[in-house]
Amino acid sequence: MNWSDSFLAILKDNDVRLISYVPDNVLTPLLKGVTADNYFLPVGATREDEAIGTLSGAYMAGLRGAAMMQTSGFALVGNTLASLVVPYQIPAIMVISERGTMGEFNIGQSLVARTMRPTLDALGIAHHTLTDTATMPFIVDSSIKQAFATQAPVAFILSPLLTGGNPAAHAKLKV
Amino acid sequence: MSSKRPLTKTMSRTALTRTLVQKLKRDEAVIGGIGNTNFDLFAAGHRPQNFYMLGSMGLACPIALGVALAQPDRGVIALEGDGSILMGLGCLATIANLKPRNLTIIIWDNALYQITGKQPTATSAATDIVAVARGVGIATSEWVRDEAHFEKLIDRRFDEGGPALLAVKIDDAPGQGQTPRDPALIRNRFMKGLGAARAGALDA
Ligand SMILES: Cc1ncc(C[n+]2csc(CCOP(=O)(O)OP(=O)(O)O)c2C)c(N)n1
Repeated sequence: MNWSDSFLAILKDNDVRLISYVPDNVLTPLLKGVTADNYFLPVGATREDEAIGTLSGAYMAGLRGAAMMQTSGFALVGNTLASLVVPYQIPAIMVISERGTMGEFNIGQSLVARTMRPTLDALGIAHHTLTDTATMPFIVDSSIKQAFATQAPVAFILSPLLTGGNPAAHAKLKV
Repeated sequence: MSSKRPLTKTMSRTALTRTLVQKLKRDEAVIGGIGNTNFDLFAAGHRPQNFYMLGSMGLACPIALGVALAQPDRGVIALEGDGSILMGLGCLATIANLKPRNLTIIIWDNALYQITGKQPTATSAATDIVAVARGVGIATSEWVRDEAHFEKLIDRRFDEGGPALLAVKIDDAPGQGQTPRDPALIRNRFMKGLGAARAGALDA
């Protein structure tokens, strides 16, 4: 099974149905899978903080969700994590495609990427960098279970090692 | 659609929040936005289906959307200030496209960031929230003319007829209550009020 099908199967196994997102090239196979499967309830948000707000509301009303975004989208959500997710103890599942590293051509992406792990660490939010299809299922499945059991958020960072990175970036770098 | 703001009476958020809360008969979920909005919701009398936002300015509508999607048979009402909705107008477009029939949004428009020192917001001049809402696709959006009109508009089932947006011109008074500053407790009680809490011996 490829990484994205495997990832979605784990979300399903854990009853994670609502998928709020702002797209990224690297997320395309995940988002295609979500829209193709009517188990999932996709919510196309206009901003990543909005996506996390909707996921939080859904969780409190009994529906589990995950928010998908790219690295620069994560940079928009610091206040939402600090004032909603962490203090209200919302097990927000965040799926972040890692841009800005290993072949990035966009300097803005590479700079904002450096703020991601320090922000997660400062807020004490567990995060796991997913690099291969062999270890990914165990990490994701067990961490989602831990998030709901302990009512704490978790971030999964999709490394280019797992996803192959941004195809557009590779094309640009060849030039 | 007219770009001119209709003539509406300037009303009281404290009084109208009370009117709303007294009208609710079907355990509707109510999400109170940052500051004065949730202070007045709390002042109107706590109910188990109330959620109070102690931060995350601008997210009352996205949170309410999540509740509405998770429990499509429950009416859900988002209360939000004009400054707060202006921070994230995009959520109105998201809501317009998802069309949750059980979601109603009420905007308390004092044309101010009241709580931070009464600085003017964009609605004090060119911006009309109802026109914005209609423009992004929330067709059922209107200005509330006066208290009687408000009562008439909320005299309905909230689990259908949405998404709808009501904008209310209000005065510059602060909120009257003081919501307990305990996010974990608020979350826990809200989940219990929605029947979504984990079962536990402590609830016995
Ligand atoms: C992201 C963010 N920016 C700024 C603030 C400061 N702040 C708190 S409440 C508020 C004003 C909210 O205005 P509005 O929604 O119109 O409500 P009002 O105070 O007028 O009742 C502001 C600017 C904040 N808490 N968070």
